[in-house]
Amino acid sequence: MPTIEDYKGQTPAWCPGCGDFGILTAFKQAVVEMGMEPHQFTIVSGIGQAGKFPHYLKCNTFNGLHGRTLPVATGIRLSNHVMPVIAVAGDGDCYGEGGNHFIHAVRRNINIKLFVHDNQIYGLTKGQASPTSMEGMVTKTQPFGVFSEQLNPVALAIALDCSFVARSFAGDTKHLKGMIKEAMTHKGFSLVDIFQPCVTFNKINTFEWYKKRVYQIEPEYNPEDRVEAFKRALEWGDRIPIGVIYRNHRPILEERVPVIAEKPLVRQGFDKSKLEKTLKEFY
Amino acid sequence: MDYSIKIGGEAGQGIVTIGDTLAKVFSRKGYHVFTHQDYESRVRGGHNFFQIRLSDIPVMASRDKIDILVAFDKAGIQLHEKELTGSGIVIYDSSALKETHDKPNFLDIPFANLALERGGDKIMANTVAIGAVLGMLGVDMDILFEIIGDTFKKKGEDVIKGNKDSATAGKEYAMTHCARCSFSPAPQSGPKMLINGSEAIALGAIASGCKFYSAYPMTPSTGIMNYIAGKEKEYGIIVEQAEDEIAAINMALGASFAGVRAMTGSAGGGFALMVEGLSLAAMTETPVVIALGQRPAPATGLPTRTEQGDLSFALYTSHGEFPRIVFAPGTPEQAFYLTNKAFDLAEKYQIPAIVIFDQYLADTQWTYEGLDLERIRYTDYRLRGEALQKLPEYKRYVFTESGVSPLAVPGDSKHLVVADSDEHDEDGHLIEDAETRVKMMDKRLFKKLPLIVSEIEPPVLYGSSSPETVIVGWGSNYGLMKEAVDILSKEKSIAMLHFSEVYPFPHPPLNPLPSREGRQTVPSPLAGEGQGEGGFMSTLCNAKTAICIENNATGQFARLMRAETGYEFKNRINRYDGRPFLLEELVGKIKGIIG
Repeated sequence: MPTIEDYKGQTPAWCPGCGDFGILTAFKQAVVEMGMEPHQFTIVSGIGQAGKFPHYLKCNTFNGLHGRTLPVATGIRLSNHVMPVIAVAGDGDCYGEGGNHFIHAVRRNINIKLFVHDNQIYGLTKGQASPTSMEGMVTKTQPFGVFSEQLNPVALAIALDCSFVARSFAGDTKHLKGMIKEAMTHKGFSLVDIFQPCVTFNKINTFEWYKKRVYQIEPEYNPEDRVEAFKRALEWGDRIPIGVIYRNHRPILEERVPVIAEKPLVRQGFDKSKLEKTLKEFY
Repeated sequence: MDYSIKIGGEAGQGIVTIGDTLAKVFSRKGYHVFTHQDYESRVRGGHNFFQIRLSDIPVMASRDKIDILVAFDKAGIQLHEKELTGSGIVIYDSSALKETHDKPNFLDIPFANLALERGGDKIMANTVAIGAVLGMLGVDMDILFEIIGDTFKKKGEDVIKGNKDSATAGKEYAMTHCARCSFSPAPQSGPKMLINGSEAIALGAIASGCKFYSAYPMTPSTGIMNYIAGKEKEYGIIVEQAEDEIAAINMALGASFAGVRAMTGSAGGGFALMVEGLSLAAMTETPVVIALGQRPAPATGLPTRTEQGDLSFALYTSHGEFPRIVFAPGTPEQAFYLTNKAFDLAEKYQIPAIVIFDQYLADTQWTYEGLDLERIRYTDYRLRGEALQKLPEYKRYVFTESGVSPLAVPGDSKHLVVADSDEHDEDGHLIEDAETRVKMMDKRLFKKLPLIVSEIEPPVLYGSSSPETVIVGWGSNYGLMKEAVDILSKEKSIAMLHFSEVYPFPHPPLNPLPSREGRQTVPSPLAGEGQGEGGFMSTLCNAKTAICIENNATGQFARLMRAETGYEFKNRINRYDGRPFLLEELVGKIKGIIG
């Protein structure tokens, strides 16, 4: 059985007190409890503080470009669909630069697990507004406050009929670990949007701010009711729900691609013997 | 014999189907065929044409004179009547065009009425036209009947019979009414292969073991995706239509990281979006092949037309410095072998390889006796399965003598595979220190580069071995240049130098390679057979006149040549109106320079 020690990676270069530490802890606990070994899965990350995540663990890693986690993850997963593929991104990474990829990855319903470190600010570039920054937030680059409507990733995902939509909070690692495990075991594209306080640049959405507002969705809630889910997704302000907000059982892409019905693409080898016949089709 | 047939009409009238069918009949009959297409960016209307040349000797370019013009619209006659040879004939249907031409070289054939009377449906008018062309040429109907049988198998016997009868009606009508027809094609034996550039690139990818192709549709690259998608099941390939070209290249890189050979393709505009991914491929040392189909730009440009305007773009685009390969096949045959070589070298050296082509090559069909599968390279350079499991340790970017670190398949063993777009250490983890940075740059760039250069073949020399005139070009102008040499050789000492492996630039003996210590001379294996001691550079330097021929405005290859060798062309022939050169035109322009 794997242990937390097996997952010890590089020393994090995050700011002391960063919400990312909570995510790292919860993630390690989740995979250890699930009995997953570091070599058995791949994490794809982008750029931003979240992009460094896999380096602070031990696992197969593709740390690609800003916004491009999901296309890379899609390519990996289609080529080897027996290997779990996890995408880790920040809010700017996933909902800004990679917004188009997010929409289409959800549509494909490829069985990728997407964990978004959502701190509602740009950390790596030192404090500009992100797509999830609240309207009115003043930053160095938005001196008059953010004019744009705050992007609601949970509502967007439900609108796209995303197979699994959850929200959690880095300040509650027990809850977060649970959400990670549920996402990992769900069959279908899974989004966990994680409130992750940025202690350096986001002076509004602090640990305290989240702690005061988040509440765990009651056990009797039915996440398979899309209309109810949409209502929950729109809750913002004094009370913000965390937990599994929406879930469905759409067929996954990997099961619909006939080419990989029997075995993963990467194990199929290359059979040259058909080429003669193919060449004949040109005569 | 050397006949040219042009079929002109509106988009949606079936011009391409007629052209394809005739080309197939001729190639199966054993003729050498060359076809090219000219179409507008619209699905209906406008004016398009399809031109076929057939001969008893190899042909590889379109001529500017035509022998038979099949006109399906008035524009077809207005635009192309002047291209007829002295004995050339126009066939048309006066009832469809609502105009009559009383000239002796016009033959009015009631395509629609014959189709209705003999085939039972006006829709078969195009089959009547095909039959008429074959009747005029005196070519048997047997192959056409085979094709009709195959094409309409699912539509049933009545449709097959209707089409055969329509074709026969067209043939009989032409034979009875075409008093001026004096075509006498020499009979040939043995069917030939008929293949266009897109199909050849796609086939080259499949023959290289490509398992993953992701792209966003864009002319002129879509043909590659279509062909590979048709072979998904047979060869176990996944074709994924991406949401944009950025996703397309990133998906391909993901697939390659996961352990399969992967490719993407687009036109210049889509490749522009892929550029950050090109750099990602370089930094992560993830093999990928990119098909780049040029069309006239900037921006949307002339979407369905041809140009060689993206060479500099392919050579130099991207942030950062890294090795890449750029191959520019001149023919479908070269496209097949060079796509294969691109896959091989991309994986061997873990670099991006670009196959640059254009609309002209994509859509021109050539005939061959066959393609040689023995020439296909296939080595799986990846470390996978047991071989990987047995290793005591593994580091994705371990420093080696060659700069190439073993490329392992993630998930195949206990060893972790870590790839990073940040500068990284041997394990793949991000670093900031200067020493590692320099060692990694040296590994990726300076260690690999001489090895990659040693794989590059010199240009093809065709014609005189000590020519007074050398015409130089790259990519799709191969056929035109070669035929121009054939024509001009009768009175001039002339040769062609054609570059298809354009980058890294084929290494002439006098051309030093960049290295850490500056530009260094590396012993070159590339003197080039039949090119004398000094290789192609001495052929060029010893010629009285050298002319660089390109389908672009500024002479991008000429600039590359100057940058790489110091050689400066004094003469250039450039065409940048979105159309390919035609043979007689090119010959005329060369004569204009050499007298």
